[in-house]
Amino acid sequence: MDLVVARPEGLYCPPGDFYIDPWRPVERAVITHAHGDHARWGMRHYLATRDGEGILRARIGSDMPLQTLAYGEALEHQGVRLSLHPAGHVLGSAQIRLEHRGEVWVASGDYKVEPDGTCAPFEPVRCHTFISESTFGLPIYRWPAQSQVFREINDWWRANATVGRPSVLFCYAFGKAQRILHGLDQNIGSVVVHGAVEPLNRVYRDAGVQLPPTLYAGDLARNDPRLKQAIVIAPPAAGGSSWMRRFGNYADAFASGWMLLRGTRRRRGVDRGFVLSDHADWPGLLWAIGATGAERVMVTHGSVATLVRYLREERGLDAQAFETEYGEEDDVTVQEAE
Amino acid sequence: MKAFAALYSRLDATTSSNAKLAAMRDYFREAPAEDAAWAVYFLAGGRPRQLVPNRLLRETAMQVAQLPEWLFEESYQAVGDLAETISLVVPEAEHRSEQGLAVWMQDRLLPLRGLPPQELGARLPRLWAQLDRRSLMVCIKLITGAFRVGVSKLLVTRALATLAEIDPKRVAQRLVGYTDLSHRPSAEGYRALIAAESDAEHAQRGGQPYPFFLAHPLQSPIERFDELLGPPSDWHIEWKWDGIRAQLVKRDGQIWIWSRGEELVSDRFPELCALAGCLPDGTVLDGEIVVWKAAEAPPAPLLQSEPQGEQEPAAGFGVQPFALLQQRIGRKNLTGKVLAAAPVAVLAYDLLEWQGEDWRQRPHQQRRSRLEAILRQCNHPALMASPLVEGEDWQTLARLRERSRALGVEGMMLKARASRYGVGRTKDVGVWWKWKIDPFAVDAVLIYAQRGHGRRASLYTDFTFAVWNGEPGDPERALVPFAKAYSGLTDEEMRQVDAIVRKTTVEKFGPVRSVTPTLVFELGFEGIAVSSRHKSGLAVRFPRMLRWRHDKPVEEADTLQTLKALLVSHERSL
Repeated sequence: MDLVVARPEGLYCPPGDFYIDPWRPVERAVITHAHGDHARWGMRHYLATRDGEGILRARIGSDMPLQTLAYGEALEHQGVRLSLHPAGHVLGSAQIRLEHRGEVWVASGDYKVEPDGTCAPFEPVRCHTFISESTFGLPIYRWPAQSQVFREINDWWRANATVGRPSVLFCYAFGKAQRILHGLDQNIGSVVVHGAVEPLNRVYRDAGVQLPPTLYAGDLARNDPRLKQAIVIAPPAAGGSSWMRRFGNYADAFASGWMLLRGTRRRRGVDRGFVLSDHADWPGLLWAIGATGAERVMVTHGSVATLVRYLREERGLDAQAFETEYGEEDDVTVQEAE
Repeated sequence: MKAFAALYSRLDATTSSNAKLAAMRDYFREAPAEDAAWAVYFLAGGRPRQLVPNRLLRETAMQVAQLPEWLFEESYQAVGDLAETISLVVPEAEHRSEQGLAVWMQDRLLPLRGLPPQELGARLPRLWAQLDRRSLMVCIKLITGAFRVGVSKLLVTRALATLAEIDPKRVAQRLVGYTDLSHRPSAEGYRALIAAESDAEHAQRGGQPYPFFLAHPLQSPIERFDELLGPPSDWHIEWKWDGIRAQLVKRDGQIWIWSRGEELVSDRFPELCALAGCLPDGTVLDGEIVVWKAAEAPPAPLLQSEPQGEQEPAAGFGVQPFALLQQRIGRKNLTGKVLAAAPVAVLAYDLLEWQGEDWRQRPHQQRRSRLEAILRQCNHPALMASPLVEGEDWQTLARLRERSRALGVEGMMLKARASRYGVGRTKDVGVWWKWKIDPFAVDAVLIYAQRGHGRRASLYTDFTFAVWNGEPGDPERALVPFAKAYSGLTDEEMRQVDAIVRKTTVEKFGPVRSVTPTLVFELGFEGIAVSSRHKSGLAVRFPRMLRWRHDKPVEEADTLQTLKALLVSHERSL
């Protein structure tokens, strides 16, 4: 019996009668993580990780009907044993393990296999059927080492600071921003953040994640001398807005896995593109899928057809596609969302 | 190689001319002359012929990356660039090569040409394994001849000029022909580009031509001509020929013929090379090569350029449609039959060098009269002076100009009698105006095709055309559709275009195919107006294809700016 099926409301677990990351209001929702395309408003009951509680409440509502589990803690519901395991994507992100009559399924939501110090690192969970995303499901996507990317970011910031130019780095406000903050070299200059980033920083700090002290852009006067050596972390939506004017002659950059491609980099129209993703790259996807030992793989959002065909033809797995509405995160276009 | 790849990245990462200039200056300051020589070659638009067929590059990449073909294709579709795709799928290597661009080109890449597939399959992976991703992408672009990085020749000129602290015009002149296929970049050649200026430098330059002086379009209404241009007597006025702009360089007993694209085209015109016998050494002429079929000798006024006054020009010069010239250029073998079917002549209109002396700084008037004297002396039917047109006032000339189509010319050229011969589109030493007959003609790019009806059924003959929404060199610019057209092609051309459409299809939306932009047509139309219904914001009336611009690369098609300028001039004339 399939423990998860695709329904118009979302991914559904028939024996347990609940949904995973549903995109329409339902009775019971288990949430993998708090990005807008996975955690939506309007469910009667939510279940998520304890690490993710702060952000979920900040985004959906402080009085939301939320029950939490620690990573690895199990819960029995209508004969389904459910537990949450780190997905390494953002703070509180989880893979959902379902066990029913000896059959094990894992729904991984979004995941990244390289540990980054801002959230619990991905843990492969053995299962019969693995539900995998495929955001970067093409062999062209192979991430440079994280340490190298941070070296590049810090070098870029340092070079700008030397000539007195603010460095504006655009990235997704939840997850990516904190990961970048975590990797910055604080000796270069002040760290300034956009209003959309600061509330999330607070949640990360409360969860014990080390972030450098940040200044809120709104508190700084236009001619504040600290701006000249500052790095500014802002969501992509701030680009081109009047908010940017305060930084004068700034250098800008964008951090995303899509920046690996020259075409996307150029369409973005920024000075620099840093290749930094909170999703698995192609080798990461294949490694994670292999590590679960699953013989059946259900592929969701991204390069679905490609990954399905590859797993079937080259790996001999029973791979199939799941139609979902994931992949559209809050303030970025689909192409560049992560 | 690493330094050049780093330069590529810097140039690619910015749209600012100043940043690009700085990047080039930094590179040229550090680079060994032999590497810089090749860098100039590629940056200024030099394209060696493809060294390894794309198919072989793909196959090798699939093998190295251990990818099935379909997955490589999917990847290529996502990236949209073969060199980049390969650099992303093959295992990433440490950059181990210490060799510069010159060694890579001369010792590693150029020798690949013509090698048997098996040998290439063995060599390529060994070369690739020495380069990091970025260098690998650049390296493959050098192999495919598809290297482009959004710097203009002008910008390269400026970078070199500031570095060498010499006049950019001097550098421009030295750069002429530098990117010609016959030219092999060398350290010596590079040093000559940036050497201190010497007075006699043009004299030792073999077949080296001068940079062409280019005309500006004249789009003002006739009523303003007096105010803008003064009386017609200040101008030399010629017909604007529809041929190939060329320089004839006669030095050392030999003729070199250069096209406006700074390509050496001497071997395409053997009958013009025969002019070597009648032109003295140290002569450089500027003019237009056309196919010319006069029944007998050309009409008298053409040779003598006598004032024609309001006399109507002799009906039908011998000039033949441009298409004929184009067909001839396309031929691999110039057989006697081809030469007889499309005999060419030069309509000379300027003298740039005489008796080994650079005449470009002399007034046009002086150059012109010396030119006429030389041509009289030469007295060769394939070398004529482009006749001068005279009229008492601009109205008279405008009426004469109405006959352009009938005469097989594109309108008139206005050259100030006192003007010097400038470099490129400069205006500081005098101006040339092109006063074309049909202001409503632009060079547009074919981007969508649909099957035609009736006689054209089943052939892709209904096209959507686009122009660029930015100037050349702007890496962000895109093609914006602005008109549909289906008429104007001959049946033969229709079949050719149909075949190209099928071969270059990118996507199919129902009956419509989008194609890789490769085809440029001169599109004519009767009117132009603002329209909110079209993406371009403009609508044109009765668009049709005037001719297929085989000679125009897609990058040189017109821009939205050109269209808007037409809009303005149209509105003013209504």
